[in-house]
Amino acid sequence: MTRATVASFLVPVLIIGGAALLALGNAALPPTAALHVSVFVISLVGKYLCYAMLALALDLVWGYAGILSLGHAAFFALGGYAMGMYLMREIGTRGVYGNATLPDFMVFLNWTELPWYWYGFNHFAFAALMALVVPALLALVFGYLAFRSRVSGVYLSIITQALTFALLLAFFRNNMGFGGNNGLTDFKDIIGFDLHADATRNALLLATAIALAGAFLLARYVVASRLGKILIAVRDTESRTRFLGYRPESYKLFVFVLSAIIAGIGGALYVPQVGIINPGEFSPANSIEAVIWVAVGGRGTLVGAILGAILVNFGKTYFTSALPDVWLYALGFLFILTTLFLPHGLVRVFSRARPSALPEPSPAKEHPA
Amino acid sequence: MRAFLLLVLLLLPPALARAQQVEPAFAAIASQDYDAMAAGIGELATSGDPRAGAIITALQAGHLYADAAGGLYIRKAEGNFVAADSGAPAMPDEDALKRLRVNNGVRRAVAAALGGLQLFATDPATRRGAAEAVFKSRDAALLPVLDRALAKERDPAVRLAMEQARAAAILTSATAPDAEKLAAVAVIRARGDLDASALLASLPNASPAVATAAHDGVMAIQRVLQLWDMLEGVFYGLSLGSVLLLAAIGLAITFGVMGVINMAHGEMVMIGAYVTFVVQETVRQNAPGLFGVSLVIAVPLAFLCAGLVGIVVERSLIRFLYGRPLETLLATWGLSLVLQQAVRSIFGPTNREVGTPAWMSGAVPLGGLTITLNRLTIIVFAFLVFAALMALLRYTSLGLKMRAVTQNRAMAAAMGIRTPWIDALTFGLGSGVAGMAGVALSQIDNVSPNLGQGYIIDSFMVVVFGGVGNLWGTALGAILLGIVNKFLEPFAGAVLGKIAVLVLVILFIQRRPRGLFPLKGRAAEA
Amino acid sequence: MSGAIGGISDTLLYLSGVSVSFDGFRALNNLSLVLAPGEMRAVIGPNGAGKTTMMDVITGKTRPDAGDVIFRADTDLTRLDEPAIAALGIGRKFQKPTVFEPHTVHDNLLLALAGNRAPHHALFARETRAERARIDELLAIIRLAEHRYRRAGDLSHGQKQWLEIGMLLAQEPDLLLIDEPVAGMTDAETAETARLLREINRTKSVVVVEHDMDFVRALDVKVTVLHEGSVLSEGSIEHVSADPRVIEVYLGR
Repeated sequence: MTRATVASFLVPVLIIGGAALLALGNAALPPTAALHVSVFVISLVGKYLCYAMLALALDLVWGYAGILSLGHAAFFALGGYAMGMYLMREIGTRGVYGNATLPDFMVFLNWTELPWYWYGFNHFAFAALMALVVPALLALVFGYLAFRSRVSGVYLSIITQALTFALLLAFFRNNMGFGGNNGLTDFKDIIGFDLHADATRNALLLATAIALAGAFLLARYVVASRLGKILIAVRDTESRTRFLGYRPESYKLFVFVLSAIIAGIGGALYVPQVGIINPGEFSPANSIEAVIWVAVGGRGTLVGAILGAILVNFGKTYFTSALPDVWLYALGFLFILTTLFLPHGLVRVFSRARPSALPEPSPAKEHPA
Repeated sequence: MRAFLLLVLLLLPPALARAQQVEPAFAAIASQDYDAMAAGIGELATSGDPRAGAIITALQAGHLYADAAGGLYIRKAEGNFVAADSGAPAMPDEDALKRLRVNNGVRRAVAAALGGLQLFATDPATRRGAAEAVFKSRDAALLPVLDRALAKERDPAVRLAMEQARAAAILTSATAPDAEKLAAVAVIRARGDLDASALLASLPNASPAVATAAHDGVMAIQRVLQLWDMLEGVFYGLSLGSVLLLAAIGLAITFGVMGVINMAHGEMVMIGAYVTFVVQETVRQNAPGLFGVSLVIAVPLAFLCAGLVGIVVERSLIRFLYGRPLETLLATWGLSLVLQQAVRSIFGPTNREVGTPAWMSGAVPLGGLTITLNRLTIIVFAFLVFAALMALLRYTSLGLKMRAVTQNRAMAAAMGIRTPWIDALTFGLGSGVAGMAGVALSQIDNVSPNLGQGYIIDSFMVVVFGGVGNLWGTALGAILLGIVNKFLEPFAGAVLGKIAVLVLVILFIQRRPRGLFPLKGRAAEA
Repeated sequence: MSGAIGGISDTLLYLSGVSVSFDGFRALNNLSLVLAPGEMRAVIGPNGAGKTTMMDVITGKTRPDAGDVIFRADTDLTRLDEPAIAALGIGRKFQKPTVFEPHTVHDNLLLALAGNRAPHHALFARETRAERARIDELLAIIRLAEHRYRRAGDLSHGQKQWLEIGMLLAQEPDLLLIDEPVAGMTDAETAETARLLREINRTKSVVVVEHDMDFVRALDVKVTVLHEGSVLSEGSIEHVSADPRVIEVYLGR
């Protein structure tokens, strides 16, 4: 077995094993035990793992296809909204207004019937499917238009940012039917299990760990396949692939949609664990923050993205509670210092990962023919 | 006696009925003869005499008294009297006083006189206001008063208002002949605003000919109003466009000309806004008299401060990242976080108050438009900044060197141009211009650490939309986007309008990835 | 269209009246060029003569403002994009060696091999025995057998040029467009490249754009001289070297 194969099995084992240990520490040890894991920690780690899925998705497009998406949190948020809609319907008559079909915010806005796009979200399976389909569709349409017109590099980054900004504005509107400013919250349970119960929290953490491990293995397979090699070729030397007869746009579209789906799953798992989804998740700042997770960990490595997401978010949790004024300085300097001194991220520092996957510090410029 | 008074009144040419010649009218009112009283009231009301209002109001309320000698007294609420001619407190023999009574004819004269009274006020604005009031009340009974007022009026604007009021009165009158009504329709149609349209749309007692003319008039007015609406849209669009231009023009240099993706561009704008705040505070404390020019002082200072920050940033950060656009994007985003937090630490997280000098407050009417002065100033300022920038690039040695370096760095270096310095200065210039934009934006936006974030996406959209590297394209792109945005708003609302514009630009970029005015040829391929 | 090109049925590539302008600058000006099947043609000309633009037009990178570009007498190339033209059997080598630097020499050739170019195929594709055998052959032709598992980015400049030519061959094209293959090569490498191109020409048609006159002489094929976007002179190397117009363009008045 090569080192790469070892790594690709070690990572899922570490993720699932770690999550299982934490869940065990919560469920099996009494609260008085020294090693007892509080439900707060369970939720926090669950959140980190969801972010790690977003980072993994971003690394797939940025690290391997050179698409620096500054709007990837939009796919994450859309997945989250799909799940949030299910959780909203699941509240049923337990809402403040006790309306069996209409979520509270609709009653509050004097709506009398459910908008058509809320139909079906009372079924978990449908909502779960939508958490994949909606981000995938958006990625498909947007990616098709962008890649077909050969919009790339910084231009692509800027329009992805505009995309998530437009969605942010749209979801803030009350008459969009997604709860406006407040978003969706006050969830009660998920497929019959109380969301506030420790056991549910543990199960969600485990589900997230399994989803992340699965997404990692899938991404690993894709980048190691011939398609992955072509993606790297497209990233560095797009015109060469075109003159070899490849259509870079279809390759980019494939990986962009796949990445949106992974991000959507991450979002869908995120919402029941944090208990809320609101338009703030669409803010461009969120998407850019996800980029720095990938950059810190090391883009084009997959493992680095997961590592970076967990590390940076751990730092954020620490700073925002201990030294709230320092956090933005820390984050800002993290961006600056990483790009200046650590262009390949932490993974490259600690191990000599597969060289073919690692891009040059900047994607090679297209040679003018 | 009665016949004599009437004769005197009728013989008095209206033009001669000046304020000092109202004594006959006083006598007529005191006469207790109803016809004479009505005529006297009309005369007094049209005289422009300042005492007229009090006297006629008192008569209407039953507080006007006359003594046997024809002296008029007004009884105040407290029961004491004042002389109507002098306004001085008086102690007349109450037994000899008679309260003046009125019949219907006098009552009508009183009402008309009060309505028309201000038509004779000495202040033209008051006269005009009165004419407008008459226009709105459309009281045919006021026609004689209006005629008299018109005969005296010399101010053309007030005359126009009175003629319109007269036309409105004629149109509501049941008796006016069609010929006069048609003429009146023409006058109202020429007025051409919403009130005119409403009046023409609801004419009582209109003959078919008048009704047709009125209908045509309504149509014509609606067309004119739509035109004004459109012009208003253009003005607001121009105003928004100039804001976009100000925000984007610095970026057009750093991103468009140098190719540096500066995500901290918005923070340069923010720095400019905070410089304005500091300048105003300093001026307020040390030289309040200079407050009016505080913005003028702030403009060069904002340019210098933001420009200096820009140069420092270029030398310490950006120059290490040339040729790595995505890394530049990330690093400058980090920089924007640091700058925001720094400003938050120094000035606090809340909005800071930046005042508007008197010369920028208020509005001027222009045809059917109301032009707010601060918007107008910003439009003018945006174009001045743009013109200055174009001139700098075209006519100065620095501009020549900047263009040389961006076109062919190696050749420029070979010609002895110190390219690193030009890079720093160009970046400083773009940042400085952003700082100047901050001075203007401090007038219309909240001065807070987040000020810049609101503009960064719009600015990039404008530069990309206009065509990267093309300053003219940036200007046109900004104006166009501003106007499109403002025209979408009535249909879609402000937020949806903005979303629509974003989506349109996204689609546009996909259709024409190089923007509205692309640079063509080999230079663009490299 | 077929009526208009009746007389060119025995040509591989037929350019007629092709014009391209950028911002008023005429890169190609009524250019006409005919290439017979199996022919090797050298195209020379001073900087800005339109050599690279001609390549761009043939490979679909640039759409001409006017003119016909016909491949194998029946295909109008101006209506196709780069991948479609590549699939037709036209390979192109860039002026600057352009290979997939993070990949090994082996993978570079593997990705270039003719075959299904669709993503869903690439996702599940496994390297076949036939593919491996063909790569072996190619490595022998371009003399990089012992560098098979080296990163392409670590090769020398000349080796990258050869790798790129090998990638072109892997495409199994009928026509190779080769832009300045010996720029920056040592004399030995230049001679080796000339030999390689003559060998390739035994089975395929080749258009070579080159500045190096010794190299063109070594190829010993028909030469087309471009100047200001159109053909200035055409014929053997001796013929064009003696053409006074060519001498004027190259040496000045």
